[in-house]
Amino acid sequence: MNHTISVLVENEFGVLSRVAGLFSGRGFNIASLSVAPTLDPSVSRMTIVTSGDEQILEQINKQLNKLIDTIKVIDFTGQDYVERELVLIKVNAEEETRAEVLRIADIFRAKVVDVTPRSYTIEITGAPTKIDALIELLRPMGIKELVRSGPVVLGRGSKGWKGSE
Amino acid sequence: MKKTGSQILLECLHLEGVDTVFGYPGGTVINIYNDLFDSPIRHILNRHEQAAVHAADGYARATGKVGVAIATSGPGATNTITGIATAYMDSIPMVIITGQVPTPLIGNDAFQEADIIGITRPVTKHNYLVKDVKDLARIMKQAFYIARTGRPGPVLVDLPKDVQMASTRFVYPDTVDLRGYKPSFSGNVRQVENGVKMILASRKPVIYVGGGATLSDASPELLAFAEAIQAPVTTTLMGMASFPKRHPLSLGMLGMHGTYYANMAVTESDLLIAVGARFDDRVTGKISTFAPHAKIIHIDIDPTSIKKNVRVDLPIVGELRDVLQTMVKKLVEHDDEVKELVERTAPWRTEIAGWKKKHPMSYKQTGSVIKPQFVIEKIRELTADDAIITTEVGQHQMWTAQFFDFSQPRTFLTSGGLGTMGFGLPAALGAQAAFPERQVIDISGDGSFQMNSQELATLVQYRLPVKIAILNNNFLGMVRQWQELFFDRRYSQTCMELPIDFVKLAEAYGATGLRATTPEEVEGVIRQALETPGPVIMEFKVAREENVMPMVPAGAGLNEMVLAS
Repeated sequence: MNHTISVLVENEFGVLSRVAGLFSGRGFNIASLSVAPTLDPSVSRMTIVTSGDEQILEQINKQLNKLIDTIKVIDFTGQDYVERELVLIKVNAEEETRAEVLRIADIFRAKVVDVTPRSYTIEITGAPTKIDALIELLRPMGIKELVRSGPVVLGRGSKGWKGSE
Repeated sequence: MKKTGSQILLECLHLEGVDTVFGYPGGTVINIYNDLFDSPIRHILNRHEQAAVHAADGYARATGKVGVAIATSGPGATNTITGIATAYMDSIPMVIITGQVPTPLIGNDAFQEADIIGITRPVTKHNYLVKDVKDLARIMKQAFYIARTGRPGPVLVDLPKDVQMASTRFVYPDTVDLRGYKPSFSGNVRQVENGVKMILASRKPVIYVGGGATLSDASPELLAFAEAIQAPVTTTLMGMASFPKRHPLSLGMLGMHGTYYANMAVTESDLLIAVGARFDDRVTGKISTFAPHAKIIHIDIDPTSIKKNVRVDLPIVGELRDVLQTMVKKLVEHDDEVKELVERTAPWRTEIAGWKKKHPMSYKQTGSVIKPQFVIEKIRELTADDAIITTEVGQHQMWTAQFFDFSQPRTFLTSGGLGTMGFGLPAALGAQAAFPERQVIDISGDGSFQMNSQELATLVQYRLPVKIAILNNNFLGMVRQWQELFFDRRYSQTCMELPIDFVKLAEAYGATGLRATTPEEVEGVIRQALETPGPVIMEFKVAREENVMPMVPAGAGLNEMVLAS
């Protein structure tokens, strides 16, 4: 089962390799990872999707907390949260499929961000399940290239964490 | 007044109370070494950077202070890695300073450049590359704080040459503010109370002590705790000297080469109280049959140690000394119940006494060949209670753990987690540098000794009177033992076929060399060594194919130990 964890870390060089090294050194799995500075530029926020049983997940949380550069670990397992991923898909758009590609994109409220006589590049934002569904529909048209940002998440509700307590 | 980076570094060490550093100079630390002339800090020149780090480690283990080592960039830095990894596995507080090529050259594959920050990331508690001299004082303050607090560990500071030469105003910060590092010190009171309840309800309690008891200087609290509840105490290799082995409640060591009665007690117990231990595979044997009837209370400063290898019924995160103090206080409040407990557990202690009688630790010194265990017992007999014993890794290490009855904390320095051959001699050097008046003895094998034998030069140069007992069987004995037991006696590459004349080797360095070849000579050689000023090698020609017993074969349960070969 996949778990999503947000990690707030000092925005310093080498922090990413500390986190990545922790996962690889202990044989933990990273399904996706996204990272960028927060409102407070001295803090970066990582969103990590990982998998493992309860014991492994507990170790991941504890090991992340143990890093000196880690300020806060938020495990979204069993919590209510908003999850979004951004994807760019370059899909074949030949004579006979051009209209179909646009129709599918429209259904998913995806945007066309680049057009050539032989292709469309489509941008979509959403929960990973929605994106998976779109990709399945576009696959028969011929996907030339695809990039996923990995999901980012925020907990639901009014409580927020801005970067310093 | 402005100071240079190298001056600031030495000033910081001085302000942290560092009186001795171990190291080896080179191109990118030449400025530091130049300023050492004007510093009150004593520098000991080891003959290899690995040994410098082990020496700082031995110094830290013996004193409880932060050990400091210095090495140059590139090969100097990479030579420190085994030393750093050794300290990391055993949670030893250390600060390692490495030189680095000037910042504009970093990443250019410059001469003697190595990405030591990248290389040491998995074996340090934390590490720093100092890019600006203005950050140096803050980083040094943090490095020492991180090294010694929480679960201690080595911290590496990589200092480029241009940062050492740059100047800034020096202000040493009074406090450390790390928003991501707030180690918890006292255990949660409710958890401690729950622990007391579990103890008071137990019938067959066992206390299992690891290296954390030494690191948190909790020996008096541990003794008070064990005596209050009259529970037997078994220790790991790292926990060994924190509980007196001659105490009636002591079970000695548990695990792969543990005593019969310790392993039986853990297997039969209904409550295992783990104190600063981490359930290493050499301790637990097969996890599924480890302490199968016991509830487990786990007291540790490091939350990641808890539930890493075994299920835990009650975790208590905190500094051991604090937690044990609170626990004893709470026990006093339940005086009547404690009395009941001690009465109820009397049959348990009787059962254990029976096991002790049935299979005590033993060996037979017969014939004209020296038994290695005999040498260790003789060393114990002839040395002071506060003698510091170091070991290398292998059979001699296990025999020392089995047959040397340590009675004071910080008197047994050994590489437990990483199992580093070549650790004992430089560690003894570091301990002797800290305590020039105490007896310091490295119990070694002929294999391990040769992994850092160049340190004889350092011992002689600094008049550090370490005594080295080499149990010479011309074998890599522990691997040979495994080959005998599990590989049909196929002794592949374990026979050290070239006999070394260790007496002559000692003399070549200007040390004293002594040799015993019969049991009758053993005592005389030890006595003579202890009376000789300066470093001495004692070479004991011991039984070549003696095995360490009992033994729990790898992957077997603690109750499946082999008692004799």
